[in-house]
Amino acid sequence: MKPDASAHQLGLISCTACGELSRARPDAALGRCRRCGAILHPRKPHSIQRTWALLIASLILFIPANTLPVMRTGSIFGTVDHTIIGGVIDLWKSGSWDLSIIVFVASIAVPILKMLALGLLAATAQMRSGWRRLQRARLYRLVEAVGHWSMLDIFVVALLVALVQFGNLAQTRPEPGIIAFGAVVVLTMLASAGFDPRLIWDYDEKNG
Amino acid sequence: MAESNQTGGDPVAGLPEPEVVQRARFSPSLIWLVPLVAAISGMVMLAKAYRSAGPTITVSFQTAEGIEADKTEVRYKEVVIGKVRGVELSEDHSRVLVHVNLDKRSADFASEDARFWVVRPRVSVGGVSGLSTLFSGTYLGADLGTSNKEKTEFVGLETPPGVLRGSKGRSFTIRTDDLGSLDISSPVYFRRLQVGRVTGYRLDPDGNHVTLQLFVDSPYDRFVTASTRFWNASGIDVQLNASGLKVNTQSLATVVAGGVAFQSVDNASTAEAPEGALFDLHADVADAMKPPDGPQVDIRMRFDETLRGLSIGSPIDFRGVVIGTIKSMELEYEPKTQTFPANVTATVYPQRLGGIYEHIMLRDGTEADVGAVFQSLIDHGFRAQLRVGNLLTQQLYVAIAIVPRAKPAKFDPNSRPLEIPTAPGSLEEVQHQVADILAKLDKVPFDEIGTSLRDTLHNTNALMRRLDSELAPQAKQMLAAAQQALDSANRNLLAEDSPVQHGMAGTLEELRRASQSLRGLAEYLQRHPEALLRGKSADPPPAPAKQGDH
Repeated sequence: MKPDASAHQLGLISCTACGELSRARPDAALGRCRRCGAILHPRKPHSIQRTWALLIASLILFIPANTLPVMRTGSIFGTVDHTIIGGVIDLWKSGSWDLSIIVFVASIAVPILKMLALGLLAATAQMRSGWRRLQRARLYRLVEAVGHWSMLDIFVVALLVALVQFGNLAQTRPEPGIIAFGAVVVLTMLASAGFDPRLIWDYDEKNG
Repeated sequence: MAESNQTGGDPVAGLPEPEVVQRARFSPSLIWLVPLVAAISGMVMLAKAYRSAGPTITVSFQTAEGIEADKTEVRYKEVVIGKVRGVELSEDHSRVLVHVNLDKRSADFASEDARFWVVRPRVSVGGVSGLSTLFSGTYLGADLGTSNKEKTEFVGLETPPGVLRGSKGRSFTIRTDDLGSLDISSPVYFRRLQVGRVTGYRLDPDGNHVTLQLFVDSPYDRFVTASTRFWNASGIDVQLNASGLKVNTQSLATVVAGGVAFQSVDNASTAEAPEGALFDLHADVADAMKPPDGPQVDIRMRFDETLRGLSIGSPIDFRGVVIGTIKSMELEYEPKTQTFPANVTATVYPQRLGGIYEHIMLRDGTEADVGAVFQSLIDHGFRAQLRVGNLLTQQLYVAIAIVPRAKPAKFDPNSRPLEIPTAPGSLEEVQHQVADILAKLDKVPFDEIGTSLRDTLHNTNALMRRLDSELAPQAKQMLAAAQQALDSANRNLLAEDSPVQHGMAGTLEELRRASQSLRGLAEYLQRHPEALLRGKSADPPPAPAKQGDH
C-alpha cells in the first residue's frame, strides 16, 4: 500500500457528515451511512460538471455585470449612471488612484482571476492531469478564501442606496448591473464549493 | 494508514457496508439549467438595457459651445428625452458632430423631419420652476417630426425654430430698430399676462431693422388685431432729456428678462390679424398708444450757433407739441465766411402739426404735400430756433416758432431733406445784444478820459495852492477891518447915549407930530371936502381938535 493512499483507493467511503468509514459496495450502488444515515459518496457527485455549469453561468452574467450600470445617482445637476469600470476610471482620473486600485482589484481582477482559476482546476481535474498538484491545491484554497471579498461593490451600492436619499437633491438607486454582479459572485462561490479538491489527487497511480 | 496495516485488513473488512438506498435523484445534467437561466437572464438584462437606450443619432452643428458629453441633455418641451454621449469634429473639421442617445420612449424623435438646435444657457427669471432651471446649462432642443421614416443623421439648426410643431397659436412678425434686451423666449405680455414668447430674431438684410418672430399661444392670439400695438416692456428705461427724468418699468420679471407687451388701441376692432402679420415695436406704451404719426419727412436745419446741449433724439417742438426728433448733427466749414455752421437733420411727422396739416390737405384736396405745409409756415414767419429746454441740464431743443422781424428766407418745398431756415435762438439773441453793448462800451476812450481828467485835477490843484498863498492873507486883513468898522458903528449908532440915538429920538418925535397934524387935516377934509375950495369954516372949531387928540 502506498503511503499516500486515499480511502477511495482502498475501496472505502468516508461519510462527509460524521466521518464513519464504510466499504464501498462493489456494485457501486448508492449507499447510506450506517451510523448517521447520510448519503455516501466517494467523491462529490458530478463535481466537475457542476463546477463547469456554474462557472459558465457566472461568465455569462459577468458581461451584463460590467456593461450595465450598477447604480444611478440623481442630483439637481442631472442623473448619472455608474458602471463598475466607469467608477474605476473616474476614481483614477480624479486622483484617488489608491481607491481606484482597490475597487479594480476587488470588483474586476478578483472575479476574473477566480473564474480563470476555477476553469483551470476543473479542466485539469477533468483531464486527470497530474500537473502541479500541490500548486493547484493551494490555488483552490486561495479561491475559497478570497471568494467573499468580491462582495465589496455590492456592499457599496447597498450602503449608498440606503444612505443617499435626499429627495430631489440627491438620490441613489440600484440598477440591473448590480444584480448580475451579485449573481456572478454567488455563482463563482458555488462553483468553487461544488468543486471537489480531492479530484486533484485522484488518478495518480493510473497516470503515474 | 499505518494503523490499518497493523490490523491486517480486519478493520477494513469489519467496516459496515452502506445501506443501499434507492432514491430518485436529479439528473446531474440538471445543473446545466443554471448557466441556461444565467444566459437567459443575462440576455434579458442586456436586451432591456439596449432597448431602453433607444436609438443613437448624430446631430451636426457649427460649434459645440457649451455642449458636454454625458452632461448635456436633449429636451422637448423641457422634458429630457436623451443625452449627449459624445462630441467630435467631422472629418473635414468644418462641423461638430454631437452623438445623442435618445431614450427608448423618445425613439420617434429619430424621424426624418425632426429638428434639433442648441439652447444656450440663460438665467431664466421669467419662469423659475425649480432650482435646476437656474443652473440648467446649454441643452439641445428637439422638435418632433411628423414623418415615419427613420433617420439618424441630422443637421442642427443654428437658431431655435419659431414654434414647436403642433402648438396652437399664431406667430407674428415685429419690426424694431434694435433688439434691446430681448432674446429668444422672452415673454410676450397681454395685460401683464404672459401669452407668448419671442421665438426668433434676425437682422434685416439691409441692416436697418431687426425682425422679431413672436408666437402668441391660443386662445390669446385672437386679441392680436389689426389695431394692436406692440411695445418693448424690457428692463428699466431711464431717460434724461429736455422733458426731465423718466423711469419706466413693466414688471420685475421683465426688468431682468425683457419682454414684449401688446394691446389694441380700440377694443371695438375684432378683426384678427392674420398669421405672420407685421407690426412695429414701439419703444414704450406711451409711444405705442399715440395716434399714428403718419408719413415722416426728414428736415435739415443749419445753425450758426453752438449745439451744446442738443443731442440725438432731442425734440422738435411746435407750440409745445413734439413733432419730431433730432436724427443727426454734423459740423461744416464755410471757407467764405470762415464759420462753422452745424447741419442738424431731424425726422418730423407732419401729421402731428394737426390743424394746419389738415387745412392744407383740404385746400390741396390730395395727400398733403409736406413741402407745402412748411412753405406756408415759413411764409408766416416760422423759423427753426434753438431754445433751452431745461435750465438745470441746459438741454436744448429745436422750436419751430414765429420769429419777429425774421428775414425773408429761401425755401424749396421740393428738396429732400427739407431745408428749414433758422433764426438765432433766444439765448443767442441775448448774447448778441450783450455783445453789442460790450462793443459800444469798448469804443469809449477810457484812457484819454482818464488822462485829461488827471490834467484837470493837476490844474485845479495848482489854482487852489495859489489862492491859498495869495488870497488868504488879504482876506484876513479885510476881515479885521470889517470887524473894526462894525465895532465903531456899534458904538456910534446903537449905544443909548450915542448922539445918533439922541438925534434920532428927536427926529422921530418931530415926525410923529407931523403925521398927527397930517391926520387931522385928512379927517377934516373927509368931513368937509368943500374946505379945499372954500377954506376952513368957522363952526364948530373944537370938534376936530378933540378928534385929533384921539
